[in-house]
Amino acid sequence: MAAVDMTGVRKKDANVSDLVFKYMRPEHLPHIWCPGCGNGIIMRDVAQAIENLKIDRNNLVVVSGIGCSSRAAGYFDCSTIHTTHGRAIAFATGIKVARPELEVIVITGDGDASAIGGNHLIHAARRNIGLTVIVMNNSIYGMTGGQYSPTTPTGDYGTTAPYGNIDRPFDVALLAAGAGATYAAHATVYHVPQAIKLIQDGIAHKGFSIIEVADVCPTYYGRKNKKGSAVDMMRNQKENFVTAAQAHRTCRSRKPGKRP
Amino acid sequence: MGKTVLMQGNEACVEGAIAAGMRFYAGYPITPSTEIAEASAVRLPQVSGKFIQMEDEIASIACAIGASTTGVKAMTATSGPGFSLKQENLGYACLAEIPLVVVDVQRSGPSTGLPTSPSQGDVMMARWGTHGDHPMIALSPSSVKETYELAVRCFNLSEKYRTPVIFLMDEIVGHLREGIEIPESVEVINRPEPEAYHAKDLAYHIAEGELVPKMAPFGKGERYNITGLLHDASGFPTNNNQIAGELVTRLMKKIEANYEDIVQVEEAHLEDAEVAIYCFGGTARAAATAMEEARKKGIKCGMFRPITIWPFAERELLPVTRKVKRIVVAEHNYGQMVHEVRRVAGDHCEVKFVGKVDGTVITPQEILQKIEEA
Repeated sequence: MAAVDMTGVRKKDANVSDLVFKYMRPEHLPHIWCPGCGNGIIMRDVAQAIENLKIDRNNLVVVSGIGCSSRAAGYFDCSTIHTTHGRAIAFATGIKVARPELEVIVITGDGDASAIGGNHLIHAARRNIGLTVIVMNNSIYGMTGGQYSPTTPTGDYGTTAPYGNIDRPFDVALLAAGAGATYAAHATVYHVPQAIKLIQDGIAHKGFSIIEVADVCPTYYGRKNKKGSAVDMMRNQKENFVTAAQAHRTCRSRKPGKRP
Repeated sequence: MGKTVLMQGNEACVEGAIAAGMRFYAGYPITPSTEIAEASAVRLPQVSGKFIQMEDEIASIACAIGASTTGVKAMTATSGPGFSLKQENLGYACLAEIPLVVVDVQRSGPSTGLPTSPSQGDVMMARWGTHGDHPMIALSPSSVKETYELAVRCFNLSEKYRTPVIFLMDEIVGHLREGIEIPESVEVINRPEPEAYHAKDLAYHIAEGELVPKMAPFGKGERYNITGLLHDASGFPTNNNQIAGELVTRLMKKIEANYEDIVQVEEAHLEDAEVAIYCFGGTARAAATAMEEARKKGIKCGMFRPITIWPFAERELLPVTRKVKRIVVAEHNYGQMVHEVRRVAGDHCEVKFVGKVDGTVITPQEILQKIEEA
């Protein structure tokens, strides 16, 4: 793999967001994600939300588990802890209970949060503990190479669902809301301003908050399911996602394929 | 002089832990360790500490590790099935060098086993339960008084070496009630912290001649990374094989090089002994009686009791194996530590074993019988 020299980035390239220098660790960039992956967009959304809220990095802890999503923690310039698969919310609970004055954000994925870590997710929601959980939901296990996850739509393909997924998917945000989360939101990687606002409100919320961000994984989910390029997948989000209010209005006659 | 109180082993564990500075407990109910959670729930709020009952055993250890990253002394307690579940994160704490005390009040296994019956069947799991090469410290008490003292020591060792310490209790001691004198004060060791904050030292930087990093607690302004991946001195993942090898080697050396400080044993009547009983934890109580009975019968019997279970007390055991004719290993399992004793004894003395897997305790008579067997 050709290493990209980031030393130039430190000299403040006009094309690089100020957020990189303020909230990231440029020496650990570029990130490991594939071209077209939405994780970087979500990471930027989180950084922008932190900037908007003027959170002191010295009082911020970013916790992650295992998977593509969980590499995000290390790129933030604050206290960061990359934990074990599924357990990020349990580690984060310990940090928050021990030091309630710290702002604690968990960055996780669909498999990490709702499969192996599903128990911790619902119990943290039930406790209404002051964590903000950002779920990078790419509908697949990316790090291990494209196995179906609890959010893979029924009928879709993965390397372990060669004949189509027979399971029904979780709606992770609704799952958390059902378990008692006092703030639960859906966002997408395409709708950036909305995602930033939702993440910002989630962090500011006193109590448990979860923002499930519909992510794009062109490398595995997209390729396995013939969803086209990263741009095609983003366009799909643009055309098929509606606001919760719109969804509410049409809930009795919900158009197939439209997602709130 | 401290006050004398009647106390259960599990309660003494909590009192010792609090005396050592424990201010965070995360746990899940499991027999026969539940009283540790119950006593922690009562006592921690009284000392401005925190108690949380988590949704499962895995969450409990994860939560305790999380708390410890902020500089708070944390503990979790469990028994066999729960100890199995905690193994992955135990390894995480070893590698990430997060101080933590994990109590295992052993019960009869395997699987759900005999939940209310005593056992010492987790000795090898304590050493090798988590995957990969890792160091481990485990201590095992034989009385309520010693449970208090060793709980303090577990925290001190954990803090000093920034490593998880296993407090390997058993149902016999956990549920035993004895009068103990609570000391007015105990020696307390706190984890190494940076000499100066914002000194730009890397979090996992190891000073010349030292083996333990001086990491700051989260929230003190040192913005560093912790990971379960093999990492460099900055705390970030590395695929550099040399750095990876050096890290795992240092973790092992951290404990090996401090053997003298960590390993404690108790020896009784070994001066003239021809037979020695090797025992630990609750079983040592029956062994002590067996030794006395043997002496009454004119058998020169002594006792070797490791208080530190891991690292294995081979430096202390070696001269014993060269002196006595026979060692009787009494442990409450099908034979686990006996293999370690045989490794050290070699051909120098006979090693006999007395164990049990039916949930009943090993009696002094059963040990005596092995001592008397020609």
